[in-house]
Amino acid sequence: MNQPLSNPDMPVKQTGMAVLFCAVMKRDLMLAFRRRSDLLNPLIFFLMVASLFPLGISPEPTFLEQLAPGVVWVGALLATLLSMDSLFRSDFDDGTLEQTLLSPQPLFLVVLAKVIAHWAMTGLPLTLMAPLLGLMLFLPTEGMGGLMLSLLIGTPTLSLIGAIGAALTVGLRKGGVLISLLVLPLYIPVLIFGAGAVQAAVTGLPLGGYLALLGAMLALGIALAPLAIAAALRISVSG
Amino acid sequence: MSEPLLEVRQLLCERDDRVLFENLDFSLNVGEVLQIEGTNGSGKTTLLRILCGLTSHYEGDIFWHGELRTQAREAFNRSLLYFGHQPGVKAVLTPLENLHWYSAMHPSMDASRVLWALEQVGLRGYEDVPCHMLSAGQNRRVSLARLYMNDAILWILDEPFTAIDKQGVAQQEALIAQHAINGGAVILTTHHELTMPGPLRRLNLDQVRETL
Repeated sequence: MNQPLSNPDMPVKQTGMAVLFCAVMKRDLMLAFRRRSDLLNPLIFFLMVASLFPLGISPEPTFLEQLAPGVVWVGALLATLLSMDSLFRSDFDDGTLEQTLLSPQPLFLVVLAKVIAHWAMTGLPLTLMAPLLGLMLFLPTEGMGGLMLSLLIGTPTLSLIGAIGAALTVGLRKGGVLISLLVLPLYIPVLIFGAGAVQAAVTGLPLGGYLALLGAMLALGIALAPLAIAAALRISVSG
Repeated sequence: MSEPLLEVRQLLCERDDRVLFENLDFSLNVGEVLQIEGTNGSGKTTLLRILCGLTSHYEGDIFWHGELRTQAREAFNRSLLYFGHQPGVKAVLTPLENLHWYSAMHPSMDASRVLWALEQVGLRGYEDVPCHMLSAGQNRRVSLARLYMNDAILWILDEPFTAIDKQGVAQQEALIAQHAINGGAVILTTHHELTMPGPLRRLNLDQVRETL
């Protein structure tokens, strides 16, 4: 144990940003895979929404066809929201969140990696599952491309916004309800343009405008949300 | 070393309308071990959390190498190792995976020393066992293994000996003393009677309050 201590004036070994990013993502993906029930929860919820709608309203194909874009999008939105609370919860409970905040590494990057890992475990499977739900709700095949594209661009935004709410409420014992209240108003534009894109695809109108707006929201989210998440985490842990 | 490593001036912390400490002044030099004492609820953990920058509910100034800590945040974090109330160990990850994550997050930690560090804390053979299968003491040992694999100067340890067996405690004490000799500094809280060689300073939060 006679290792020399590093001098503060000496250049310190810097872990590369990419290495850090991959390490955080790998850890979060590994954690998700070892708790598979958490992984399946939003997907099962998504599937249930779509399968219960025809039973509750009407099994009429022409009627469901009109509802399909909105139902699938609302289902995906709520499923994402449902999974948000767990994003920082376990890290907060076992003290690894404190250690993350005390790291000299840029928190922006760490948080972004965590959100992307979370999206890969919720938003991405939801997107891949969406055509199945579209089929169950008689969504015309012309709409499938629009559905998947809009979800692919829209769900990361949902994850980023949801993570702000999760970071703000992680210090509270019962944060679940509060997240919904905080985050739902911010989800509405994404929902409107997402469902709008699917509707446009069904009717054969150009999608470009909707997707561009969703893309703009995503770009804004990637640039700004991690800052808000990092600041919110500091407040939550401080309390 | 004329300039102290860490200096605290006029620190005040109030929690739920109760003043935990006020006008707290102390400094820590390289080579020193400072034990924070006090009864349960006297604010030991809060003080440590303030010192390492987790809590911002305080008044007063904290200087790191003569510079305000809030301004020298990155340099400070790079020189800090914090062992908190919760061990900071992921239950579904193995000790090896936990420590690899730590070394990615803290550049002062040397990933090549992971296996050696685990051996030092007596977890050889448990490298690939998920932490939820280990005992409470072993989980804390996983986190304590960080002490063996980093070059951070300042160690802030909150109850590092909880759930650790006698032999382990003696070993950690020796490690802490060695760290101070090597040019580091340690702040710790413990209810355990420290019997380490070398200089040990004590700061009793109950006395701080009584003298107000």
